[in-house]
Amino acid sequence: MDVDDLENIQSSHSYNLTCPGESLTSSQSFMRGHGTYVDNEEVVASVAGTIQRVNKLISVKAIRSRYSPEVGDLVVGRITEVQPRRWKVDANSRQDAVLMLSSVNLPGGVQRRKLESDELQMRGFFEEGDLLVAEVQAFFADGAMSLHTRSLRYGKLRNGQLVVVPPILVRRLKSHFISLPCNVDLILGLNGYIWVSKHVKEIDQEGEQGFDAEAVYSNINDEIDIPTRSAISRVTSIIHILRAHFIPLTDTLLLETYEWTIEHENHTTDLLQQDFGEAMVAYISSTG
Amino acid sequence: MASRIEILNEGGFRSDGRRQFELRTIEIDLAQQGQADGSAVIAHGLTHVLVSVFGPREARMRSHTMHDRANINVEISLAAFSTGDRRKRSRGDKRILEFASTIKSTFEPVIQTTLYPRSQIDIFVQVVQQDGGLLQACINGTTLALITAGIAMLDFVCAISGGVHSTSPLLDLTNLEENDVPNMTVAVMPKTQKVSLLTMDTRLHVERFEEIFRLAVEAGSTILVEMKAAVLGRSSRLIESVDSSTQPHGLGVENDNS
Repeated sequence: MDVDDLENIQSSHSYNLTCPGESLTSSQSFMRGHGTYVDNEEVVASVAGTIQRVNKLISVKAIRSRYSPEVGDLVVGRITEVQPRRWKVDANSRQDAVLMLSSVNLPGGVQRRKLESDELQMRGFFEEGDLLVAEVQAFFADGAMSLHTRSLRYGKLRNGQLVVVPPILVRRLKSHFISLPCNVDLILGLNGYIWVSKHVKEIDQEGEQGFDAEAVYSNINDEIDIPTRSAISRVTSIIHILRAHFIPLTDTLLLETYEWTIEHENHTTDLLQQDFGEAMVAYISSTG
Repeated sequence: MASRIEILNEGGFRSDGRRQFELRTIEIDLAQQGQADGSAVIAHGLTHVLVSVFGPREARMRSHTMHDRANINVEISLAAFSTGDRRKRSRGDKRILEFASTIKSTFEPVIQTTLYPRSQIDIFVQVVQQDGGLLQACINGTTLALITAGIAMLDFVCAISGGVHSTSPLLDLTNLEENDVPNMTVAVMPKTQKVSLLTMDTRLHVERFEEIFRLAVEAGSTILVEMKAAVLGRSSRLIESVDSSTQPHGLGVENDNS
């Protein structure tokens, strides 16, 4: 027990770890940030995680927590409720996000006024349970986020599968739309929701005028052939393994591991074996 | 039957070989359990409890949302095989409901609920095995699960049960001792020494109270050491695995672009 304690204390120092109730510094010379509170002129941690210091601001970032949104983030969400002129979206945040009817693209021209008829057929666009990709537009006074899908890249999701990982494992990348050469598209939502789907040709998405409401709000999957299906499930299994080992996802990492699995596996189901996953993680750390 | 068993023998040992103030072994597992935001398995000797925390998340019932703070919801289920006599308890059992509300009121002042307006924090406690000290295991487990979920709390909450056998106080009672001696459960926040919970199911002599109470508060800081070690150990493991794999790959991405 004592040895464990020593080890833990040493490693906690090297990473600047703390846990609730530990006093960090005096509040006279420092300001308190997220994850802290002030008690008796002391800044005290309120979550377990890493201490971060920016000039005079001390904050503690929890390792695993719910997604805390920022404006401009790309998120993947699921519709939970249809309300007057708005949808409620579950985006792994502290509260459901809001998608206003006025912040989605509607059929018949991108720019036009919302009519009463649009309001009546909201379930024609998004229904409860539908998945969508959107961007964080703004915040309400109570901290809930407002989303928008006013781009041809955003909108309803189909032809694929959702994987959920802790939000810390998705880092900010140049692009969160990733195309793997195995005919699979990935959308890495910053909220930890990841959409793995069949590759859609760029031409289908292009063109401002070419907004096809039928296609965008369609609920029917395209034809997905068997190799694509197994590629999708392979990518999904890889993400599951990376999540289990708490390894952050990047485009290069996913590509490398995909190639490695193709070389080493006999069947797609190999990825479900624990020892295969461990071999994969060992390969990742060896190449790193 | 119970009176035949010596609670404390002449050598100063209890029925399971412990000394008066000796605690049972504490085992903590903070591994991820299913889809829960935070989870903890804690064992005080033979009492095993699994706690899962979901949230803060949108309240499932509109009536549960509060505009200025989070709502805490505690649900407890006792496994039918957890006690000596196999017995199935219904969800609406009065004793269990009271137990749940005790846990809820213990944590309400500790969790910074004002940071999570209009949300709900769900705490699900699953009792796998019970051998006395059930409430302390539930509270300690809930503390750990809340911390792993990244929910802001003022401090740890460390709970311990204590009792008195004739004139000698005992700590961390087993089921056998709980049935035989007057006992109480104390939950403390070690940093400020504030007491978040104190319950007594039995009558206890007022002159014995203070002694047990002081001992329990002291034992709280012993439990804190165990819990802190578990939390820091988990944090450093996770951070290490994140760091070790990002650093080289992060550089790899940079090289590709340049």
